[in-house]
Amino acid sequence: MAEQGNGEAFVAFERVQKSYDGETLVVKDLNLSMPKGEFLTMLGPSGSGKTTCLMMLAGFETATHGDILLDGVSINNIPPHKRGIGMVFQNYALFPHMTVAENLAFPLEVRKIGKAEREKKVRHALDMVQMGEFGNRRPAQLSGGQQQRIALARALVFEPELVLMDEPLGALDKQLREHMQFEITNLAHDLGITVVYVTHDQTEALTMSDRVAVFNDGRIQQLAAPDELYERPQNSFVAQFIGENNTLEGTIQDIADGRCTVRLDGGELIDANPINVTKPGERTRVSIRPERVEINKDRLGEGAHTLKAKVLEFVYMGDIFRTRLRVAGKDDFVIKTRNAPDQVRLKPGQDIEIGWMPEDCRALDAH
Amino acid sequence: MSDATSNANTIDAPTPEKGIAAAEAKNNPVLAADGTPLKKSLRRALRAQKLRALMLIAPLLIFVLVTFIAPILDMLFRSIENQIVSDTLPRTTSQLSEWDPATDELPPEAVYEAFYYDLFAAVEARQHTRLGQRLNYENTGVSSLFRGSGRDLDDFREDQVEYIEDFSPEWEDAGYWLSLMSGEGGEDFLDTRRDAILALIRESKRSPLGDLWCATIATCATAPEDIDIGYTPSAEVIDLLPRTSEAYADFALITVLEEEDSIAEEEPWEAVYVALAQDLAETPESELAAFSGPQAQALVDLKAGLADVEAQSFRDLFAQSDDDWVTPSPWRTIQTYAPAYTTGYFLNAADMQKTPDGPEFRPENERIYGLLLQRTMFLSLTITFSCILLGYPIAYLLSNLPMRTANLLMILVLLPFWTSLLVRTSAWKVMLQQQGVINDVLVWLGLVGDGSRLVMINNQFGTIVAMTHILLPFMILPMYSVMSTIPPSYVRAAKSLGATNWTTFWRVYFPQSVPGIGAGSILVFILSIGYYITPEIVGGTTGTFISNRIAYHISSSLNWGLAAALGSILLVVVLALYWAYDRIVGIDNVKLGG
Repeated sequence: MAEQGNGEAFVAFERVQKSYDGETLVVKDLNLSMPKGEFLTMLGPSGSGKTTCLMMLAGFETATHGDILLDGVSINNIPPHKRGIGMVFQNYALFPHMTVAENLAFPLEVRKIGKAEREKKVRHALDMVQMGEFGNRRPAQLSGGQQQRIALARALVFEPELVLMDEPLGALDKQLREHMQFEITNLAHDLGITVVYVTHDQTEALTMSDRVAVFNDGRIQQLAAPDELYERPQNSFVAQFIGENNTLEGTIQDIADGRCTVRLDGGELIDANPINVTKPGERTRVSIRPERVEINKDRLGEGAHTLKAKVLEFVYMGDIFRTRLRVAGKDDFVIKTRNAPDQVRLKPGQDIEIGWMPEDCRALDAH
Repeated sequence: MSDATSNANTIDAPTPEKGIAAAEAKNNPVLAADGTPLKKSLRRALRAQKLRALMLIAPLLIFVLVTFIAPILDMLFRSIENQIVSDTLPRTTSQLSEWDPATDELPPEAVYEAFYYDLFAAVEARQHTRLGQRLNYENTGVSSLFRGSGRDLDDFREDQVEYIEDFSPEWEDAGYWLSLMSGEGGEDFLDTRRDAILALIRESKRSPLGDLWCATIATCATAPEDIDIGYTPSAEVIDLLPRTSEAYADFALITVLEEEDSIAEEEPWEAVYVALAQDLAETPESELAAFSGPQAQALVDLKAGLADVEAQSFRDLFAQSDDDWVTPSPWRTIQTYAPAYTTGYFLNAADMQKTPDGPEFRPENERIYGLLLQRTMFLSLTITFSCILLGYPIAYLLSNLPMRTANLLMILVLLPFWTSLLVRTSAWKVMLQQQGVINDVLVWLGLVGDGSRLVMINNQFGTIVAMTHILLPFMILPMYSVMSTIPPSYVRAAKSLGATNWTTFWRVYFPQSVPGIGAGSILVFILSIGYYITPEIVGGTTGTFISNRIAYHISSSLNWGLAAALGSILLVVVLALYWAYDRIVGIDNVKLGG
């Protein structure tokens, strides 16, 4: 799953476990290493352990077992204020009794940096987030987006090499959030800082990160680049969690040479690409992305597989059409077709034939 | 990134342009759909709502007004009210107004004469001791002076009185007197005298509202101004014998209104005889002879007979009763406190007194209220600071514990609230006294010798300890409610930015908890500045507050005016502190929660 810590790793989790009550593990055997300058996102549903991991890295929680290494040194016993890690909080945590400039000067002051130097750095940081004129405002006088920028500037002003962000865009509206995603990634790459970013928003994770670690049930389910994660999910949780997915349940009939045949519960036999199934007779969940399903037979290549389907619902969404079908006895099979000039608009009740390439059809575990 | 600049500036930054636009909107009122100004129709829409709200609070409002606000205002009013002197001694105070108290001269005989008649009526109405007590606050000894001379008044000009009584048996007959004084045309005179006597016996006339009440709803006793005296003064007699008429009218009114007797059966006061003798001596025989009543000849004969009876001056008579009457001191006091409203109580509360030369401080050893006020402030401040020191860590702990544990601890904090105040205070008495628990333990441990047990009660220490304990919840609760609203992410943010635990606390956590400290401090300080029961029990002599003195004046010395003045000063001090706090810290920053 995740590679073991090596000499080049800037941040590394080695066999980390965490339990709050001594009975259940919130984080189970976490191994993770990331090189300098990487933008890594921890993605997962709430309660999956991603925030706990971030808090352990920041030093606000201690690992029950295992080591957390920063630049090759174990930081388990280093208090948070000595770790030199910048952090952006979900609710920004700007000190309400200080002005914006005072907020930014705070980390420099506690580092005993001289006044002139301090002012220069504060100015620079404010300019960096285009908030140069807001130094004398109080946080309460700023909008959510502006507070966000200030929180970012404050986490960066003391030039940390590692910055942690805990769902920093959660409180912003969609448009502003998309804008800020873009800004944060640009800033991170320009400054060459390493970022660990926690979110439960998969779009955010896919658009911003170099790599994404999908968390569930205290474990990393898959750690991969966004395209890899989307196109080649390693298990059914990741497949379900990232993007929209059609699943058909069945049993492995035959498996050999990177190909398998699956007998669906509806009786149909299809070819699939086995991912984490190993032997015939095993239950499996076959996953196909809606946009990989083709309704035009002519466009299917050699070796494609076809199935009969009945149109149940057709939704016009502007750029795409979303059509719900009954396939192999299941009513929730969705396909997405591009709104191209020659595209067919299906009608409910219509009987059609759909098809896909066997390599896009991934046979995953049935959990 | 280039487009971010404009984006950041337009998010919600208030600009001058917006302000100008808003101001313009004010000059041209926005209109509702039907053309009326929007503000007006909004007001109309809200009126029913406001009326409903008012109706909902009306019962409580009326209850509070009647049972709380009105009595307090009445009590505070007593601090300047001083009608008692002019009500009890109306003739004396008007005569005295021409006397110059700065000289060492005694007041003229006219003052003594007026005082005789005033005091006589006051003695008969049993009001002179009250006045004596009132004046005694200002000039010690006046009370016994009034009481002593009140007893002697009956014997003033005894010879004249006896002469008239012996002159002919008619003069001892109530009916004879009544027929002499009665006649026509003296109704106004009687009404004037009735007002004076009603003021003396502290009865008030019935108000128009009372009239309405009695006429429509209830059956009331006859109003004092309507009671029939059974006597109409004769206008002719009033001209002929003015002093006698006045004294007789006073006698008649007090006999009927206060004693509830009939004047047809009561022999007049000695003062009426003295007045008759005085009038006869001053009235020419010819006028007496011209009197239309059947008693004309009797009066002429009486005048002739009284000419041989010696009449001592009133001044000498008072001097015989008590030497102090021939010193200026009591007269100065009466004159100084003659006005209906006085600053005397307030001066007294500020350790000052009135003198003919204006207010001045009392001698050093008689100043107690300034000291008491200082001590009250000092002790209250000490208690407030002790509460902050003890309460802050508790509140911090409470707000940072998990809910379950915090609730349990909160019960411990609130436990004192559920115990009687008296029990808690008495418990401290048991703990702190010299034979008490703490001393016993210290002696047992050998830290303190048995002979040198610590004195921890009946002094300031006892008051501070007991009151800190009692008021602590009032500090902890506002602190807790403010601290529990400080998100833990602030502390985490500070630490992640490199601040040590101490810096985090001092620069980030503490400033945000200050509103809680402010709210708690105001609460504790204002509560403690007026605290009574605990200092009374554990304070001894050095640990009592000004409120204990107020209570003393209310219940023991009965000097309600001074108590009201001290209370007013306390109220003003509290309001001033509150105002100062509002100016410095801002009352908006005081949070009791949320």
